[in-house]
Amino acid sequence: MDISSKAPNDVDIRVSWETHKFRMKLVNPANRRKYHVIVVGTGLAGASAAATLGEHGYNVSAFCFQDSPRRAHSIAAQGGINAAKNYQNDGDSVWRLFYDTVKGGDFRAREANVYRLAEVSVNIIDQATAQGVPFAREYGGTLANRSFGGAQVSRTFYARGQTGQQLLLGAYSALERQVQAGKVKMYARTEMLDLVVDNGRAVGIVVRNLETGAVTTHAADAVVLATGGYGNVFYLSTNAKGSNVTATWRAHRRGAAFGNPCFTQIHPTCIPVAGSYQSKLTLMSESLRNDGRVWVPKKAEDCGKRPDQVAEADRDYYLERKYPSFGNLCPRDIASRAAKQVCDDGRGVGPKVDGASRGVYLDFADAIKRLGKNTVEERYGNLFEMYERITGEDPYAVPMRMYPAVHYAMGGLWVDYNLQGTIPGLFVIGEANFSDHGANRLGASALMQGLADGYFVLPFTLPNYLAGVKAGVVDGKSAAFQAAEIEAKARIEKLLAVKGKRTVDSFHRELGTLMWEKCGMARTREGLTELLGEIPRIRAEFWENVTVTGSEGGLNQALERAGRVADYLEFAETMALDALTREESCGGHFREEYQDEGEAKRDDANFCHASAWEFTGVGQKPVLHKEPLEFKNVHLATRNYK
Amino acid sequence: MKITLQVWRQADKSSAGNFESYTLDSVSEHMSFLEMLDVLNEELSVQGKEPVAFEHDCREGICGSCGFVINGRPHGPNPKTTVCQLHMRSFKDGDQLVLEPFRAAAFPVIKDLVVDRSALDRIIQHGGYVSVNTGNPQDANALLVSKDDSDKAMDAAACIGCGACVAACPNASGSLFTSAKISHLALLPQGQPERERRVVAMLEQHDAEGFGPCSQHGECEVACPKGIKLTNIARMNGDYLWAQLLGSPRVGGSADGG
Repeated sequence: MDISSKAPNDVDIRVSWETHKFRMKLVNPANRRKYHVIVVGTGLAGASAAATLGEHGYNVSAFCFQDSPRRAHSIAAQGGINAAKNYQNDGDSVWRLFYDTVKGGDFRAREANVYRLAEVSVNIIDQATAQGVPFAREYGGTLANRSFGGAQVSRTFYARGQTGQQLLLGAYSALERQVQAGKVKMYARTEMLDLVVDNGRAVGIVVRNLETGAVTTHAADAVVLATGGYGNVFYLSTNAKGSNVTATWRAHRRGAAFGNPCFTQIHPTCIPVAGSYQSKLTLMSESLRNDGRVWVPKKAEDCGKRPDQVAEADRDYYLERKYPSFGNLCPRDIASRAAKQVCDDGRGVGPKVDGASRGVYLDFADAIKRLGKNTVEERYGNLFEMYERITGEDPYAVPMRMYPAVHYAMGGLWVDYNLQGTIPGLFVIGEANFSDHGANRLGASALMQGLADGYFVLPFTLPNYLAGVKAGVVDGKSAAFQAAEIEAKARIEKLLAVKGKRTVDSFHRELGTLMWEKCGMARTREGLTELLGEIPRIRAEFWENVTVTGSEGGLNQALERAGRVADYLEFAETMALDALTREESCGGHFREEYQDEGEAKRDDANFCHASAWEFTGVGQKPVLHKEPLEFKNVHLATRNYK
Repeated sequence: MKITLQVWRQADKSSAGNFESYTLDSVSEHMSFLEMLDVLNEELSVQGKEPVAFEHDCREGICGSCGFVINGRPHGPNPKTTVCQLHMRSFKDGDQLVLEPFRAAAFPVIKDLVVDRSALDRIIQHGGYVSVNTGNPQDANALLVSKDDSDKAMDAAACIGCGACVAACPNASGSLFTSAKISHLALLPQGQPERERRVVAMLEQHDAEGFGPCSQHGECEVACPKGIKLTNIARMNGDYLWAQLLGSPRVGGSADGG
C-alpha cells in the first residue's frame, strides 16, 4: 500500500502549494465536459467542490441522504471560521495560523497540508463575502472578528451563532446555480451503500434511493467522498442523527486506508445528558468561552447548593487557575479533560444522571456586569435562547451547565497531499478525510478545512488525476458494478431477514455507551482490550437478534439506521485498535498510562506518524502502515497553554 | 406524564392515510418532542409494527429537516421553536395531540409525517444566489456594508427552509420562504446586479411549483421558527413591481453557469 504523502517537500513550505499547482497537469476547458465526477455528501466540502467543478465545466453527480443538500450537518456549526486575514492587526499571519494549527493538533498533522490550509484560508473569506454570506460587521462596514480557543489573535469570522449555516447556504446556492446550469445533477434522499472499484480504480458507487428503495449504480471517472465524520459511533454526540460512517467505511472495505481513527474530538461545552432517552447532545459554541467563566465549587459538599449560594472564594475557576495565559480559551481537548477531572473528583454540578452529577458551570455574571446584558445578548443571544429551550433555565440569571461531548472526527480516510486516498480515483475531502488537524482540531477550523478542500484544493488536484485517465471509458455495466449491486441488495435482504427481538437503536446505544466509557475522553490498555473483546460480541448479536421493520421498498428509516449501525459495529473495532496501538497521549487521544500530571504525554520517538489501517476482513486484524511525520518548520515541542 | 397521540399514517405518496391513536404513559418533561416519538417508535418496533416516519437530522433547530403539525400548528405551540427543540415541559399530563404532516399541494406526502419539499430547492435554483464563480474575488474588506444592512440581511438569511410557513398559510403560499432569500440578497451590495432578474425568476418558479399567492394573513410569520418577518414579502413584492415597471428581464432558460 502506497502511503507516500506526495507533498512537495523539496521546496520551501511557503511556496510548496504554488509549486505543486504549477507541477500538476491541467484539463483543457473543451475536454472537461467529457469527464464525469461523483461527489457524495453536500456539506461545506461536498457542496463547494461540486459547485466549483461544475463551474469549471466538469459533469458532476452530487448525492446526499437528506431531503435537500442544504441540510448537511455543516449547517449546525455555530462559532465561526478562521482565516489569517490579520484584519485586526494583532499579529496574525499565514505562518501563525499554520503554527497554531500544527501545535494545536499536537504535532500529528502533515506540515505541508496545514500550511496550504492556512494559505487558502484568506480566499475563503473573500469568496464567501462575494457570494453574499452575511458575516458580522463593524459599524464602519468592515468584517468583525472574535477569538477562539488555542489562539491569541482574533481571526475568527462569524455570522452570529450560525456561521456554518450561512457558509453552507453560500455553497448550497452556488451548487443550485450549477444544477440550474445543467452541470450538476443532484440526487437528494440518496444514500451511498458501496464504492465500486474496477481495475484498481474508484469508478462508481452503489446507492439506495431512500424514497423508493431502489438500489442502483452510478459510474464516473472519479469519486469524491465528502461524507463527514464518524462521531455517532458513540451514539450520543453533537453530530446530526443521520451522520454516519457508511460511505467511508465501505470505501475502506474496498481498499482505502483509514487514517488515525482514534483521533476524535470531545467538545468541552455541550449541554449535559438529561436522561436515558437522550437522543443526541447539543453543542454550545466555543465562542461562549470568550466571555463565560468556567467553574465548579472547590468543595464537593457545595455541589448541591444553588450556584449563587457558593461564595466567590469557594469557587474554583479551574481553567484560569491551571492555564493562566490561555485561561478559559485553552484548546478543546485540554478544556474537556479538565472538566472530566473535576467531575471525577466529585465536584460536578447539576442533577444526577446514573448516580453522578456531570456538569461544570459556564458563568456569564461577570460578563453581564462588565459589558451589560445588551452586549451579551447581541453576542450570544441565540445560543442563550437555545440553552433555555432545552434546559428550561435562563442563562442570564443562572450559570449554564456544560459537559464535554463527542463532536468531531480528526481521523478519517487517509489521503495524500492531493486529497487522494489509497485507491486511485478516490478523493476524500472535509471531515471525511484524516485531515489537517492532527490529534486535535482548533475551534473554527472545521469550516475552514471543508471549504478549503472544496473550493481551493480539490479543483486543482482532481484534474491532475483526470488528465491521466481517458474520459468516459468506465463501463457502468462491468462485472465489478454488477457484483457490488448484488452485494448491496443481499445485505439489505439479510438485515430484513434477521427478524430478531432487539431494535437497531438498542444496539447503537449499547455500542456507544461502551465506546464512550472505554474509548472516550480517557483510555487505558485494559479498557481498550476489554472493548475489543466486546465489540465482536455485540456485532454477532446484532446479526442474530436485530429487528428491522418494514420492507426494502419505499421509505424505511429503520432499515437506513440498521445499515449504518452495522457499519459502526465494524468500524468501532478498528478505532479501538488504533487507540490501543497508539501508546502515547496526544491531543484528543488520552491514554491514562501516558501522562504528566494530567497533561498529555507524547512519545515522538515512537509515534510521530499517522496510522493508516488496511482492511483485511471483518473481525480480522487490519494491517498498520505508518506515514512518518516530519516537522521541519514548527519544531516538536510540548504543548504549553500555561 | 401521560400523552395521547393521534398520528397521521400514510404508507406512501399514492396511498390514502388515516389517523392512528397511541398512548404513552411515562413521558418525562425533559424529553424533547422527537425523543418522545423515539420512545414510541422503539415500542412499536419491539411489537414488530412500523415506526412513525418523521424527518429530523440535527435536532438543534438549524437544519430545517424536522417539522410537522401539532394540534393545527406547524412545529407546535411555542414561538420561534422547531419541533426538535420543543420539549415536553410545554405540555401537560393527559394532553391529546394530533400530529399531521405539513399540508400543501406543493409538498406531497411521502410517508406518515414526511413530505417532499424539493420545490423549495427548485425556487433557489431560479436565482437564489449571486452568480459568482469560485476564484479570486476582491479582498472581503474592499466591500463595505453598513452594519444595519448586514444585520437585516442576516435576519432574512436565517431562514432554515423547513416549510412551516407554507403549512401555516391558508393559501399554502411559499412567499415567506422565497422573500427571505430575495431580501437577504437585495439588502446587500453583492445582490444588486441580479436583483430584478432574481425576483422575477424566483417568483415565476414559486407559482409554477403550485404554491398559492400571498394574501397577507400573516400566519407564516407566527409559525416561522426563525422569526422571518412579513416585511420581507413587502420588499419582494416591491422589487417585483419595480422589475415589471423596468420591463421584465429575460428569465428562464439556462442561468449563466460560467
